[in-house]
Amino acid sequence: MSDRVTENHNNNRRTTLLLSGVVVLMFGFGFAMVPLYNLFCQITGTQSLSQRSTIGQVTPSTDGVDESRWVTVKFDATVNPNLPWDFNAVTHTMRVHPGQTYEVNFLARNRSHSTVTGQAIPSVAPWQATPYFSKLECFCFNKQTLTGTQETEMPLRFRVSTDLPKEINSVTLSYSFMRLKEGENKPADLPPLIAANPDN
Amino acid sequence: MSTTTLTHDEAHHHEAPKGWRRWLFSTNHKDIGTLYLLFALVMLFLGGASAMLIRLELFQPGIQLLDPDLYNNLVTNHALIMIFGGVMPAAAGLANWMIPMMIGAPDMALPRLNNLSFWILPAAATMLILSFVIPFFPGGGTQINTGWTIYPPLSLQVGMSMDFLIFAIHLLGISSVLASINIIVTLLNMRAPGMTLMKMPMFCWTWLVTAFLLILVIPVLAGGVTMLLFDRHFGTSFFDAAGGGDPVLFQHLFWFFGHPEVYILLLPSIGVLAHVIPAFARKPLFGYKSMVGAMLAVATIGMVVWAHHQYTVGMSLGAVTYFMIGTILISIPVGLMVFNFIATIWRGAMTFETPMLFAVGIVLMFTFGGLSGVMLAVVPADMQYHDSMFVVAHFHYVLMPGAVFGLFAGVFYWLPKWTGHMYDEKLGKLFFWTNVIGFNITFFPQHFLGLAGMPRRIVDYNMMFTEFNVVSSIGAMIFGLSHLLLLYIVIKTIRGGKKAESRAWEGAKGLEWELDSPPAFHTWTVAPQIK
Repeated sequence: MSDRVTENHNNNRRTTLLLSGVVVLMFGFGFAMVPLYNLFCQITGTQSLSQRSTIGQVTPSTDGVDESRWVTVKFDATVNPNLPWDFNAVTHTMRVHPGQTYEVNFLARNRSHSTVTGQAIPSVAPWQATPYFSKLECFCFNKQTLTGTQETEMPLRFRVSTDLPKEINSVTLSYSFMRLKEGENKPADLPPLIAANPDN
Repeated sequence: MSTTTLTHDEAHHHEAPKGWRRWLFSTNHKDIGTLYLLFALVMLFLGGASAMLIRLELFQPGIQLLDPDLYNNLVTNHALIMIFGGVMPAAAGLANWMIPMMIGAPDMALPRLNNLSFWILPAAATMLILSFVIPFFPGGGTQINTGWTIYPPLSLQVGMSMDFLIFAIHLLGISSVLASINIIVTLLNMRAPGMTLMKMPMFCWTWLVTAFLLILVIPVLAGGVTMLLFDRHFGTSFFDAAGGGDPVLFQHLFWFFGHPEVYILLLPSIGVLAHVIPAFARKPLFGYKSMVGAMLAVATIGMVVWAHHQYTVGMSLGAVTYFMIGTILISIPVGLMVFNFIATIWRGAMTFETPMLFAVGIVLMFTFGGLSGVMLAVVPADMQYHDSMFVVAHFHYVLMPGAVFGLFAGVFYWLPKWTGHMYDEKLGKLFFWTNVIGFNITFFPQHFLGLAGMPRRIVDYNMMFTEFNVVSSIGAMIFGLSHLLLLYIVIKTIRGGKKAESRAWEGAKGLEWELDSPPAFHTWTVAPQIK
């Protein structure tokens, strides 16, 4: 009996240690997911935003206006809570012809009494429309600085390509304004594909 | 090693200690099993009460009882209490009671760890309840209005309640991981001589797989909520887009845990079914080996299909296609299990005592929930169904029959063994019918609500959804109150009733039925020989 108990005891100890090792490993795996996930998305383009690396290969045609087609463009403006600004689209929705260039304004106001710099990050929904939505001039190309309580209009000139797939008849452009810390040119550690792409 | 031998032998000389010490310091698998089951019963009523408040609010359109944040906090609580407080401890309670008796072991392999893994639970439950109570006090911050998925960025903005919740999740996770390690060690090392893995009772197999799933996925959830805690208090930006983080990463971490969790809840109940159905059909289980294989397949595929919960976050076509096909693949082994149960029933000499009623109910209604699951797995369809009441109906059809009815079946099946008394069969059947009818009235209309476009997790709804919501709420009251009957039956059976034979059911097979009802405090001190 005592032999069986001792043997069991040793076996139990070994199995327990082994299983505890698995638990520790899986806890580490959770954290390893952070860099692995970014890497995975960059390589495979699984995440729609990062997919712009492959989207760059599409070169939508720039000539001609398709008068026969209407596309609805909606504008969405969000401010990250770390930025003390009001930020709104003056035009919320408009109907456009593919190929024609339009201009709209966004309104930004600094609610604080100190100078604050921010950067707008755009994204397009549905993501399939991203390569066909060209921003010719955009406040999001540069960082924006507002002095205390300053209010300003931010212009955007854009064009929807005539190559926009037929099944898409509504496109939403969404901006998220984030705060930049002093001396930074882009929000800290933005996934490089977003920050480096000049088309943004 | 001589000291170990001594303490082990000593254990045979004394009977159960008396008073509160018996429970607080318990290292006895039967007592700890009882504690787990009682804890789960208390949590069932807490979680049920929050569900009934939700349904009361949804009885009519408009906001009557609860403000939106409180409503969403109740939704959060209902899910967390039922999953972590109700189903998982109840399944662990069954495991504690039954596994040593089924495999001919004197106790669990690590009895002190067993004590710890239970006694963490009341502390965790206290934290969870505090997270709900604190916002009612001045300075308590906002309510947890995120739902149980606690997605950032919203969960980054919730008040201090979220920290209580995060620590509660840590504690609950530690408790399940310890219990799982204990169960695996017991199953691998403590089987009676001659009992090979492939001769192990099915309930033990299901728990072996469940326990492995738990130790693989719970640590990942723990990591995820730890990052959340760091984002909230230590200036990191794992999930905060403003600092370069990605909120979708949390969704991946959460569902890497969350999807296998579904099988963690389901499998122990499938194990119970594999005992109840043969016992009352008076035929051996059909396809034992294929059942084991199917279960391993479910667990393996189940680990790699998590992102079907997030089709709408904007993944590439390749990714969603993979997750769709993987998800639909799972229906093959699950279907095989269901067919095995039907084949077991086929031409059996069936009688319909309460456990069998629940078992048949599971085969019918779980399959129904599985079918709506296949609908949801299809990406273009899911774009419509996502976050609608259809999803709520789907997962309640899977989890109530799949997990909870299985636990009810197990409780009624083994209650005579545990207490030594037969429960009142008439009341048992009454409980089954009120419960099942209430359940279907509650959740069936929610399919229609979802397809018509009613979103979930929202306190108010459009007038056009009123009729089905009224029906659903009435059903919920029947369903919720029927559990008082369960409570009454359990108390009545503990206090007395017809004496149970050691083989309480004529068709029951297995080592546990060779012991007295109720079994002695220590059983199988001499291991049985398995042929």
